[in-house]
Amino acid sequence: MSGTRASVVRVQQEPFDAGAEIERLRAGNPRIGAIASFIGVVRDLNEGDAVAAMTLEHYPGMTEKALADIVAQARTRWDIDDTVVVHRVGALRPTDAIVLVIVTSAHRGPAFAACEFIMDYLKTEAPFWKKEATGAGARWVEARDSDDTARDRWAKRP
Amino acid sequence: MNIRLLYFAALRERLGIAHENCTLPDGVTTVGALQDWLAVRGEPWSGAFAEMRRVRAAVDQSMAHADTALRDGAEVAFFPPVTGG
Repeated sequence: MSGTRASVVRVQQEPFDAGAEIERLRAGNPRIGAIASFIGVVRDLNEGDAVAAMTLEHYPGMTEKALADIVAQARTRWDIDDTVVVHRVGALRPTDAIVLVIVTSAHRGPAFAACEFIMDYLKTEAPFWKKEATGAGARWVEARDSDDTARDRWAKRP
Repeated sequence: MNIRLLYFAALRERLGIAHENCTLPDGVTTVGALQDWLAVRGEPWSGAFAEMRRVRAAVDQSMAHADTALRDGAEVAFFPPVTGG
């Protein structure tokens, strides 16, 4: 398996097991010196309103393609080994995990940077949309300019 | 030129349809021209496109811009700015 670098992308309704994903990457890969991961979680408060539940819609086909493109871009910038991106869709509740990103590499620098890069691009380029159920009714979540800013700062970085 | 149109999220709800097939008149060859053509088609497209602060588009499942060219048989999607993660 030497030299093989796997990019796993999954969109699913089911919960994911971050620990099991990490163990699977670690097992039998002595190249790995660093593992960075990010888990996004549903909060019970947004824009000052209590959120009881959330539904995530996506664009099947394009979603997987967009996520694979983002990982491919990260691979051109950093020397990283395996990556995992799992994003949930459908009905979610506060405390549920929404998204998982794992990046492995020989050293921590590329793993940290690529993990953050993948999340910043996922937030602005991958076709997912959140609809929140609040006490005042259901509403689509508005995109934030700060997410565009987070993505754009990568254009200025080496 | 014939295309397949898809709508997502708030735009899909506002229009009341998720997809449609369209035969475009000559001259409608870009995403921007398509959006203009849809907006003058009448309700609900005119209202929906006017109300949305920003509409993003994809052609054949890649993010597109107003000047992105269309092709016969293309899959074109319109949707609000994305909010995943």
